[in-house]
Parts: sequence; C-alpha cells; structure tokens
Amino acid sequence: MVESVRTAPGRLRRMPARVRTIVSFTLILMVLAVLWESYKWLGQTTGGVWPGTDIGLPVRTNNRAMPHLWDIVAALFRPARRGGDEVLLITLLRAGLFTLRSAFTGFVFGSAFGFFLAIWFTRSSLAERGLMPYVVASQTVPLIAIAPMVVIWGGQAGLPTWLSVAVISSYLSFFPVAINALRGLRSPPATATELMKSYAATPNEVLTKLQMPAALPFLFPALKIAATASVIGAIIGELPAGLSVGLGRALLSFASSFSSAPEKLFGAVFVAALLGLSFVGLVALAERRLIPATRRVSHDPEIAALAAGGTG
Amino acid sequence: MTEAAMTLGNVSMVFDADGGSVHALEGVSLDIRDGELLSLIGPSGCGKSTLLRLLGDLLVATSGSVTVRGKSAEQARLDRDYGMVFQAATLLEWRRVAANVELPLEIMGVEPAERKRRAAEMLDLVGLGQFAEHYPWQLSGGMQQRVSIARALVFHPSILLMDEPFGALDEMTRERMQMELLGIQEKTGTTIVFVTHSIPEAAFLSDRVAVMSRRPGRITEVIDIDLAQPRVFDTREDPDFFAAVTQVRESLRSIEEAT
Repeated sequence: MVESVRTAPGRLRRMPARVRTIVSFTLILMVLAVLWESYKWLGQTTGGVWPGTDIGLPVRTNNRAMPHLWDIVAALFRPARRGGDEVLLITLLRAGLFTLRSAFTGFVFGSAFGFFLAIWFTRSSLAERGLMPYVVASQTVPLIAIAPMVVIWGGQAGLPTWLSVAVISSYLSFFPVAINALRGLRSPPATATELMKSYAATPNEVLTKLQMPAALPFLFPALKIAATASVIGAIIGELPAGLSVGLGRALLSFASSFSSAPEKLFGAVFVAALLGLSFVGLVALAERRLIPATRRVSHDPEIAALAAGGTG
Repeated sequence: MTEAAMTLGNVSMVFDADGGSVHALEGVSLDIRDGELLSLIGPSGCGKSTLLRLLGDLLVATSGSVTVRGKSAEQARLDRDYGMVFQAATLLEWRRVAANVELPLEIMGVEPAERKRRAAEMLDLVGLGQFAEHYPWQLSGGMQQRVSIARALVFHPSILLMDEPFGALDEMTRERMQMELLGIQEKTGTTIVFVTHSIPEAAFLSDRVAVMSRRPGRITEVIDIDLAQPRVFDTREDPDFFAAVTQVRESLRSIEEAT
C-alpha cells in the first residue's frame, strides 16, 4: 500500500496533462468518499465518541446529519417531489441552467465593466484615486444587504427578475477583473511604453498593441475567480427575488427540509459545485486557446523553465 | 558630415523627488553631427540616460532647447525621426520575431505586404533572417538585442538613440555586436547617439566621445577619436586605439579628482 502511494506521483507525471487531471481528480474524490464513510462508520460503531474515550465526535454521524453517499446519489435519481415524475437531478439541472443564465450575463457584464474601469484608471490617476476606495468598499458590503435593493429597484425599472439577479452577480465579478486587469495593463516595462511613444503611437494603439496583450495572462486567473463569484452572486441574488425557479430557491427550500431529507440539500450542493466547475472550465478552455503555454500563469516547472530559459 | 543633426542648447533638467528636487543635468550644450556616432560616457547616475531621453523627447527639459534639423524634439518624434534601443531588448513576448520588427510599421500604417518585406530585409541585415518565425524567448540575449536593433531601424529613422544596448551581453557577443553596429551604420548612414559606461566600447565605436561629470551632469569634454575607418576587429590592437582609450580614461579620471 505504502509502496504504491509512493510511486503514484511518478507514474502520474508520465501521463498526458489532461489524463493526469482526470486521474488525480478521481483519486481525490475517492479519498474524500472513503473519509466520509469511515468517519460515519466510526461514529456509528462507537456511538458518537472517539474510540477508547468519552469525547464526542464534532459532527453527528446519523443518517439525518450525514447521509450515506449512495443515499445522496440515489436521491438524485428519485422524484424531487412525492408523486412527481421528474427526478431530483433533472430538477436541479433545470434550476442550475436558470441560474447559469443570470450568472453568465453577470459574468460578462461584470468582467466588461471591471476591464473598462481598469482602462480608465490607467489613463486617469484622478479617476483611480477617486474611485478605487469605492471599488474596494463595494466588496466589503455584504451582498445579502444589496441584493434585495437591486431586486426592488430592478422591478420598479421594469427589468425581468433574472436580469436583476445578473446585476447582483456582476457586483461580485467585476472586482477581481478590475484589480487584475489594472495590474496587467500596467505590466509592460517603462521602456516598452517609451518605444511606443517613439513610434508616435496613439493611446488606443498603446492599449491594443501593448497593454491589452500584456494584460491577458493576468486577466484569465481573474476571470476564473469572476466565474465562480458570479455563480455565488446569482444564487444569493435569487434568494430575495422570490423566484420559484433557480438554484438559490432550491437550496433555500432543501435547507429548510434538511432534517427530514438531507440528501436533497447535498444533491443541490453537488449541482452548484458542478455549475461553478464547468463555468471555470470554459474560461480555462478560452485561456488555452488564446494564450500560448509559455505565457500562462503556470506552476508546471517544465513550462516555467522553458519560458525562463530562452531569455538568459 | 559637419552639419548638425541635433543641437542641445544650455539644457538643464530637474526632477521632482519626494522631499526635494534632483538636479540631473545642468547647462548641457552639444552639437551632434549628421552621420556620426557620438558616445555619452560618464560615472553612473551622471544623467547620460536622461540626456538621451531628452534628445528623443521621452522627457522634456526643464530649461534649454533641443532641436533636430531646425525642428523641436517633439516634432522630430512625431515625424518618426528616432529609433530607440535600450539595454533590455524589450521585445513583445506574444509576437514572433518578424511581428516584433513590424510593430513600428504597423503603427505607421504601412501595408502588410510592405511591412513583411521590410521586416525580412532588416532581419537579414542583422543576420536573423532564419529566425523570423521564432518567439523572443527562443533566442539568446544577443539575438534578442539584434531583433531590437532591426525593429529600431525598420522605419529608416535618421537618428538612432541607444541606451547601453550591449550592457547586458557577454564580452564576446558585445564585440561582435559592436562590429555589426558599425557595419549597419555604414550601410544606412544613421546618426547614432550611444550611451555606455565602457571606455573601450566608446573608443572603438565613436567618432566623438562626450565625457560627462557627476550629478548635476555636464559635458566636461568632447574627445575626437582619430581611428582609421572602417574600424575592424584588429583596430582593438592598434596603438591608436590604446591612445584613444587612455585619453577617455584620463578625462574621466580628471572628473573624479575634481570632485
């Protein structure tokens, strides 16, 4: 057992990167599943205390607090409502798609707004000094306080509710993009800017030919954060919206029935995570297409060495 | 040869630094002749890079005038009279070598086919015709610097401003690059202002060497280098070369002793 654990990383390293990702993801999933079930088994056997002591385990292990994993999976394929014929997974995926529409719209508008702010800040230090404190402060105000206001204002302005939810979602996603894009747009060395000046380049040419390409590697990690943030923003935004659809609604109603049917909440959590993962996956795919490996922010030592080696 | 390509008239430069001001240059006057290679040499921090940036209108002098064939430095920059080369090659890493060389032409609105032709011609001139489709990180430091020289010359500027361009290269590469630079100047007739802190480099390359004092920088002496043209590899072993090196060194030392 110990032997195989030791050689596993070596064998992993020889696999193609994509296979490696899938294998390590599955391995960790299995480890987590084993941990979950062992803890549950331990609690059930000892009656909820650490073996040989009378110290209680931090989380209860009965089926109401920690359902068996197979029960959670099984619940996904049973009807969501008693007597209904649509299974929980489909209901959740449908809710997820509804939420994804708001999240994606919020992501697009939030990222665009963040990028616009960053460009504005590089051109006007007055704008940066004046607005940056508000940008930072915006993220310390709890979203839960702002969401109802946006829903009410949006309703009065005649926006469809999903669009109000998108606005709430963009409130979270613009921030990482603004901060990282600003850093990226400022990343070219002073001499590169001097060169552009010596070509008598216009500010827009400096932006499109120097600053924006230089900012790309900084932008994508921010877009990944923005993608997850926009999913969270959309779910939270749905809570005060009084929608009958959406993942936020599903999470809320399953949370209230947690003690009677905990598997459903776990199932909803699983789908929410899946949503975020696939969204980030899409951004990663775009990054792969747009930026060559030598420019990506990477922790792969081979690529880092390759990128550093040529400049010596 | 005697007509002034650029004229510095009593130029002073003061930078605002936190808690005071730094007097970088004071009362610098100099004529740079058409087609010559003039080196600026002096102790570090003497303002030679600042002076180069004033010539190229990357900085504006606090007082005094910079004229380029009767024009202001700003007008000369807008007319694309300047090619610039810095110590770091400053290539855009997302562009291939040829695309890097084409960049200035792109900004100047030159047609793609013409851009391609001129970039290829320049890369041939610096001996990198084979590397047009490589990325900068695939090249050595010396090759990258050659690309940056090709990029600076591709739009045929009349003046080339170089800020310690070979400072980061090893001695062998440096000597080869010096020869190549002189060969390029011979072909293009470009006026070159060359900032360096290497005495032999200044002596080998220059028609004249302007020696600068410590801050606030002044030009204390302009030395004519009387070495046979064209300069060849053996020039470095010529007694006249040693005499020129000695002359520049003495001039620099007299500054040290004066302060």
